[in-house]
Amino acid sequence: MTTVAELERRVEAGEDGLGDILEVSMGPHHPSTHGVFRMDVRLEGEKVVRLKPVFGYLHRNHEKIAEHGAYLSAIPYTDRLDYLCSMTNNWGYVLAVEKLAGIPVPERAEYIRVIVAELTRFQNHAGLVGFLLQDMGASGTPLMYAFREREKILDLFESLSGARMMCNYLRFGGLRVDCTAAWLEEVRRLVAGLPKFVDEFEALLRTNEILMARTQGTGILPRELAINAGVTGPMLRASGVNYDIRKVDRYGVYDRFEFRVPLGDHGDVYDRYMMRILEMRESLKILEQALRGIPEGPIMDPKTRLRGLRPKAGEAYGRIEAPKGELGFFLISDGTGNPYRYRVRPPSMINLTILEDMCLGHNIADVVVILGSVDIVLGEVDR
Amino acid sequence: MFGEGILQGLYETARNFFGSYVDKDRLVTVQYPEERHQLPEATREFPFLLYDGPDPEAGLRCVACQICEKECPPRCIHIEKSKDKKPDFVGKQQFYPAVFDIDVSVCMSCQICVEVCPFDAIRMDNEYELSTSNRFGGLLYTKRELAKPNEYYRKIHPTEAAETDDRRAKEAEEAKAKAAAAAAAAAAKAAQVAAIPAVAANGATGNGAAPKPAEQPADKKPVNQ
Repeated sequence: MTTVAELERRVEAGEDGLGDILEVSMGPHHPSTHGVFRMDVRLEGEKVVRLKPVFGYLHRNHEKIAEHGAYLSAIPYTDRLDYLCSMTNNWGYVLAVEKLAGIPVPERAEYIRVIVAELTRFQNHAGLVGFLLQDMGASGTPLMYAFREREKILDLFESLSGARMMCNYLRFGGLRVDCTAAWLEEVRRLVAGLPKFVDEFEALLRTNEILMARTQGTGILPRELAINAGVTGPMLRASGVNYDIRKVDRYGVYDRFEFRVPLGDHGDVYDRYMMRILEMRESLKILEQALRGIPEGPIMDPKTRLRGLRPKAGEAYGRIEAPKGELGFFLISDGTGNPYRYRVRPPSMINLTILEDMCLGHNIADVVVILGSVDIVLGEVDR
Repeated sequence: MFGEGILQGLYETARNFFGSYVDKDRLVTVQYPEERHQLPEATREFPFLLYDGPDPEAGLRCVACQICEKECPPRCIHIEKSKDKKPDFVGKQQFYPAVFDIDVSVCMSCQICVEVCPFDAIRMDNEYELSTSNRFGGLLYTKRELAKPNEYYRKIHPTEAAETDDRRAKEAEEAKAKAAAAAAAAAAKAAQVAAIPAVAANGATGNGAAPKPAEQPADKKPVNQ
C-alpha cells in the first residue's frame, strides 16, 4: 500500500519506479458522496483496482435510542433515517408494530398511506435523478427542475402533516390527522400535472449522447451478484430481477392497484437511471387509482392506545418497498412498553456493500456516477 | 443523427427558461425575506404553552402532569411541579409547573408532546426565525417565554383552535352542570342528614345510613364551598 505521504517521502528521497498505485481517500467531505461517506480508492493510473467504503460518520445510535423509548417515540426518529422519504420510513416501522401487536388499520388510512408513499417515491426518484445527472456534470439544471416538482410535493406534505420532510405522520393503527377534501383535490391537481414533468425530464437527457457514453456499460451489476448481495429496490430491478415487495407482500392495499414493475436488461448506470423514470410513471398510475378509490371513514383504529402500547411478547418483521429498496424493521417485544430489540434493515446500506464490485476496472470519475446511481442517504446507511 | 439528443435537451432547457417568464408553475423562486410563503395551517415548528385570560401565570393550562416530559423522544422538556395548587378552567384544584423549560436546540418538532397532552396545554408554534447570538441560554425557553395566549393559538391554527375551544367549553359546561347537580344533591343530603337524627333515634337502620351522606360531600370539597 502506498499512501500519498509515503510517496512524497519516497520522491524526496529520490527513488525510482514510483506512482504505480496511488491510494486516494474520497470523502467524507466530498460533494459527490451525497453526505459524509468515504471511499478508500486505490488507483492504478486512472483505474480503480480496489475500493473500500468507509461509513459511520453519521451514526446516531438510532436503534439503541428506539429501544430505550416507547413505541410511539421511535416514529419521529424513523423520519431521520432516510430523511428524504420520511413517510415510507414511518410506514415500515408502523407496519412492524402493527404486526407485532396485531393492530388493524382502517381502509381510508391505508389509502392515504399509499398516496403519501407514492408521492414520496416520486419525489425521491426525481431528486435522485437530479443528483445523478449533477454528478455527471449536468450542473444544476436537471436538479433544479427535479427540486421544483419535489417542492410542490413537500408543500402538500407540509399542509397535511405540518412538516416538509420530517413528517412524523403515520401511527400504528392509522394516521395522525385526516386529510381534507381540499387536500385531496390539491393532490389530484398535482398528479394531473406531473406526467408532463416526467416527459420533459426524460426528454431532457434520455437520448443525450454524452450521457449515454458516460453511463451505458458503466458499473454493471450482474443479476446473480445482485441477488447474492441482497440488493433490493430499483437497483435489483435494473439488473433484471422481478422483485418488488409491493407485488410480493402486497402489504397495505397494494393488491387493489394495477401497476407494472419495470425491469432493466443490463444492470448498468443507464438502466438504473431509466428505472427511476419508469417507476415515477408507475407511481403516478397508482396515485391516480388511489385518489379515485379513496373511501370515507375513520383514519385511526379506535382500540389502539398510542401512548403506553405494550404488545405481547414476541417478534415481528415489517418490510415495505421504500423508494431505495426493501426497508425492514425487526422488533422483539418482551411485553414492556419499549422494544427489547429494534433493528433496521436499511436498503441503501445493503445496496452500498456491492459498490466495489461495480467500480473495479472503471475510471475514478465513474466511481462518482456509480455511487450516484446506487441512491444512498447517509442518514440511513449509518443510522 | 449524432447530437440529436443534445439538441433535444437544449430545446427543453430553452422551453423552461422562456416558460419561466409566463408560467407560474415554472418560476417558483420566492425572494425571501422580502417575499414569504403563506404557511399552511398545519405547519409546526416548536412547542409553546397556552394560557387563558390575561394573566400567563394564573391562566396557564399546564397542570405539570409531566406526561410530555416522559414521552418527549429527545427529552428536551424539563418540568418541576409546584408545591401548592390553583384552580383550572373547570374550577378543579390542580398543580402548576413551577419550572417548565424547553431546550429548543434539542427539540425535533415532532409534536408528540401535543398529541399526548390531555389538558390542551401545549401546542405547536409556527415561528421559525429564532436564531440567536447567545450560545448558552438563547435557545433554552422558560415558562415565561413559552406561555402564549389562546388568541395567538386561534390566529395561527384557526381550525384546530376552534375544535379545542368548543371541546373545552363543553367540558366546562358539563363540569358546571355536574357541580350544580352535586351541590343540589349535597343540599338534599344535608337536608336528609338534618332529618336523620330523628330516624336514628329510632335505632336499627340508623347505623348504616348515617355515615353515607357525611362521606359524599367530603369528595367534592371545592364544590361544597
